[in-house]
Amino acid sequence: MEKTLKMIQSVSSSCTKIDAADVMVSVDKKDLHKVCEALYKDGWDYLINLTAVDNVENIEIVYHISKSSDMEKFMVLKTNTTDVENPIIETVSDIWKSANLYEREAYDFFGVRFLNHPDMRRLFLRPDWVGYPLRKNYDNTPNEGIPSKVHDMDACEDVPSITLDRHGEIVENHTKLFGRNEYVVNFGPQHPSTHGVLHLRVSLEGETIKKIDPNFGYIHRGIEKMMESMTYPQMLFLTERLDYLCGSMNRHALCMCVEKAMGLEIPKRAEYIRTIFDELNRIASHLIGWACMCNDMGSITAFIYGMRDREKIMDIFQETAGGRLMTNYYVIGGVAQDIHPNFVNRVKEFIPYLRKMIKEYHTLFTGNPIARGRMINCGLLKKEDAIALGMSGPNGRASGWHCDVRKIAPYAAYSEVDFKEILHDGGDTIDRYMIRLEEIEESLKIIEQLIDKIPEGDFRAKVPAIVKVPAGEYYQRVENARGDFGVYLKSTGDKSPYRIKFRSPSMVAVSGLDPICRDTKIADLIMIGGSLDYVIPCIDR
Amino acid sequence: MLEVGGILSWIHEALSSSCPEWLTLLIEYVLIGVGFLALYALIALILILLERKVCAYYQCRLGPMRAGFWGLLQPFADMIKILMKEIIPLLKNDKFLFFTALFLVIIGSLCTFGALQFSKDLVGIDFNVGVFYVLAISSLGVLGILLAGWSSNNKYTMIGAMRAGAQLVSYELSSGLSLLTIVILGGTMQLSGLIEAQSETWFLFQTPFTWIAMVIYLIAGHAETNRGPFDLPEAESELTAGYHIEYSGITFGLFYVGEYVNMFTIAGIGTMVFLGGWQPFHINAEWAAGFNGVMDMIPTWLWFFAKAFGLVMLSLWVRWSFPRLRIDQLLHLEWKILMPISLLNMLLMALWVTVLVPLFA
Amino acid sequence: MEVKDIKIKSMKTEDFRDNESLQKYIDELEKGGFGIKVAPLDKVINWGRSYSVWPLTFATSCCGIEFMCVAAARHDFARFGFEVTRNSPRQADVIFVSGTITKKMAPVLRRLYDEMSEPKYVIAVGGCAVSGGPFKSSYHVVDGVDKIIPVDVYVPGCPPRPEAMLYAMMQLQRKIRVESIFKMPKNPENGSVILSKYNSDGTLVTPASETKQIEEGGAE
Repeated sequence: MEKTLKMIQSVSSSCTKIDAADVMVSVDKKDLHKVCEALYKDGWDYLINLTAVDNVENIEIVYHISKSSDMEKFMVLKTNTTDVENPIIETVSDIWKSANLYEREAYDFFGVRFLNHPDMRRLFLRPDWVGYPLRKNYDNTPNEGIPSKVHDMDACEDVPSITLDRHGEIVENHTKLFGRNEYVVNFGPQHPSTHGVLHLRVSLEGETIKKIDPNFGYIHRGIEKMMESMTYPQMLFLTERLDYLCGSMNRHALCMCVEKAMGLEIPKRAEYIRTIFDELNRIASHLIGWACMCNDMGSITAFIYGMRDREKIMDIFQETAGGRLMTNYYVIGGVAQDIHPNFVNRVKEFIPYLRKMIKEYHTLFTGNPIARGRMINCGLLKKEDAIALGMSGPNGRASGWHCDVRKIAPYAAYSEVDFKEILHDGGDTIDRYMIRLEEIEESLKIIEQLIDKIPEGDFRAKVPAIVKVPAGEYYQRVENARGDFGVYLKSTGDKSPYRIKFRSPSMVAVSGLDPICRDTKIADLIMIGGSLDYVIPCIDR
Repeated sequence: MLEVGGILSWIHEALSSSCPEWLTLLIEYVLIGVGFLALYALIALILILLERKVCAYYQCRLGPMRAGFWGLLQPFADMIKILMKEIIPLLKNDKFLFFTALFLVIIGSLCTFGALQFSKDLVGIDFNVGVFYVLAISSLGVLGILLAGWSSNNKYTMIGAMRAGAQLVSYELSSGLSLLTIVILGGTMQLSGLIEAQSETWFLFQTPFTWIAMVIYLIAGHAETNRGPFDLPEAESELTAGYHIEYSGITFGLFYVGEYVNMFTIAGIGTMVFLGGWQPFHINAEWAAGFNGVMDMIPTWLWFFAKAFGLVMLSLWVRWSFPRLRIDQLLHLEWKILMPISLLNMLLMALWVTVLVPLFA
Repeated sequence: MEVKDIKIKSMKTEDFRDNESLQKYIDELEKGGFGIKVAPLDKVINWGRSYSVWPLTFATSCCGIEFMCVAAARHDFARFGFEVTRNSPRQADVIFVSGTITKKMAPVLRRLYDEMSEPKYVIAVGGCAVSGGPFKSSYHVVDGVDKIIPVDVYVPGCPPRPEAMLYAMMQLQRKIRVESIFKMPKNPENGSVILSKYNSDGTLVTPASETKQIEEGGAE
């Protein structure tokens, strides 16, 4: 890491190392683009997250970067602008493609405009929304005004962007999103297979897709802003409502983030229980992913089968935690209550049952010539593209990218179990399809290894009545069913966070729709959407 | 015995004894028309219930259970509901075509249904060019679907209609060719003549080419009903509801009913052409005379419906286990696989009839 | 499962076990105890409508997954005749608002509701749809869909269990069964039939009693 630091310093004189323990570097905004370019050339090609923070006197942009070849490397790059009224920062979306949506999000929430960014529209809120909600001076009291009209979605709407002209002056440019003569079809917000309320505007030529413009925000609930006024235990409940299909894992991320920051020691028993719950949740999520993808391809029976077997997991959850979809089980310091006496037996019964059912899935759907004919060589995503888009998780692994956080930075009990990271190298739809079914089997193996070894002892550590996180910045990653889920937490030592941001693996999956789906058919768009398995509330937060 | 012919002739005699001839004919035409419509509706209702129940069992569910015993009244509940539902007029569309489309679909479906021969003496239409009539009138539905998609003034319906146009016109070819293969074998285009030719042995067991023709006919016929792996024009998960998105209430109900009855009509034509229609199953041998006698005891209309519903079940099985094809795969299947095979099959059948049969005879 | 001690202030345990009283209430209504006369044809139509309620596939978030569970093998709402989920609002009868409705989504939901053909029903599923739920204090969430569209049945929970949704469906069926089709709403003042709630210029009809009051006030 010293080498990297030196390299950065050689590019930019303004670089300062902030923290001795973590690799946290701050650069002046003038040198940002140069530094990022140098970093990219050095192999830092995976931009995990981009967060804007309103520090009242300045606005800070935080980049979390990693190397795709050596995922254990992790660094934080920071820059800031003191112009709070009209903040402008140079874009990095030409270096890391994944920055595109993150920067639009920063513009939407903080009003930070990015120089040379091709598309500075609002990402989540309506174009006629006033104010930037995550600014500290924004009045977020709920108001009565409910817009009565659907915002007129003109397909030829203006796409603003800002660039520098020859004299170094900022000029605003406008381009059109779609041409006048393009046949633009709206998929969503209410559509049976957009997996939530995603709105895709698709430009078609006959049945062939020419361009896709995703439009988010139909389920933007302002979770991050709400959390800024909540205590830590209260926050936990909202994490499960982000990506409801892997609620436990999201909750795990926030729990771990707070625990690490507080320096809490978690009992072994709690870690084991959490791991088993995470894996059960992953299976449930993959089952729904599989079921919905089959449904998208027109096989309704397969959908019902997936939902049927998922119910068994729901039963296990319900007995121990009380909840079905939302288990509300993890708390800071461990789990809310001890496991039910039946838990171990139920899980043991479930493992062979599901193995048998997966065989049935393969006979019903995988082996079907129509299904194979549609999936093979369709929706190709190359490894380089997956990395550039930051598309981690099963989607990235289907393209051959080793990106499993459980292997890279093992947490909970993952370091104690023996499991394989499933990698495919085709990157087409059938790889993304198969990887989910294979991961279910791998998860079953993990559970099998842990279920008999749950150690005795406390299920919860002693936690102070009022949880206060020491001042500082923390980032915690977990592997949820869709990929690399991250929590960025900035605390000022208060009982509620100063800024919290979730890195959504679904958002990068949707940003990949446009490059993957070009020149495919409408039916492929739906199928590829199913295979990417995104959950919209996680994107919109 | 259990045949309906007796009742029919009794009605005819009763009428002609008390009325002048023109009145008898008029009353009989009206009765037949009403009878056919009633049968049409009844079969639609039965099929709706059948599909719900069968699909539920494929999916480990129970299906309708509450409306009537074992959910038997479910389709009636649906019918009452849909009859009482609002029909939404659209603001900016071609209203004349919007409603014409609907009637084209239902007329096409009903006229094809009329060509079915339900039993020995329950026959609606029996031309000397019956097969030709069936092929011609069943393609009226395509026109309806195309118009429905176009006149709804909606992008989804437009895509659905275009898909339907491409799909139905293409698959009409294969199904037509495989029917013509049988016409060559039977030597007549009259449907009753074709059924008569199967009194000893069904066409299916007469030549190996009939098997090929039947498989192709079933695939193409299934595609023509817009169901199963070929439901692209509706494509629930892609185009939400395809060409009939904008239809509500009974206007949608007629599309819904038409779709189900088309499924039955396709199965019925398949039954008549390949499985001997209402002809009982006979083994063409000396020793099987007793067996044949037992088969003859079963009324002919039961034979027809049993065979037709057997084919419907086959179609349901396919419908609920296969994923949907993509449009280019769909056309590839038709133009590059089914069509050449059925052309070749027709040629071989012609050779069989003209060369091989006289050679051995 | 036997219901044991319910710890809800406003509800006794006996009430929780009581599934019949609503049915009894409806029977009473149908007998004409409250002046509602149900013609035999009404009865048939209501029976048909109540057993054939086709939901629109609409889900915004978490509750949508539970809605899928209700449709799937274990809970199977096809038993009640809710089977055919329609994707086109024109053909749907009921909309399950399952999930949070945000300010960006609200006009879309309103449009969907307007696109549905009569008779149409709305079930608000989950805390968010009932009142804003856990997101009540957010700047971008509509606190309760009843601000946008009329709701027939509310199902609390976050998310509600599939059983709760089935119960909501049964409640909706009961509600449908006391509808009257061949009876126009009457003005309670003079007994005249109200044909439309709106005047020809689109304003709401003011009941006679209110106009009277206004006139009287003006005279004083």
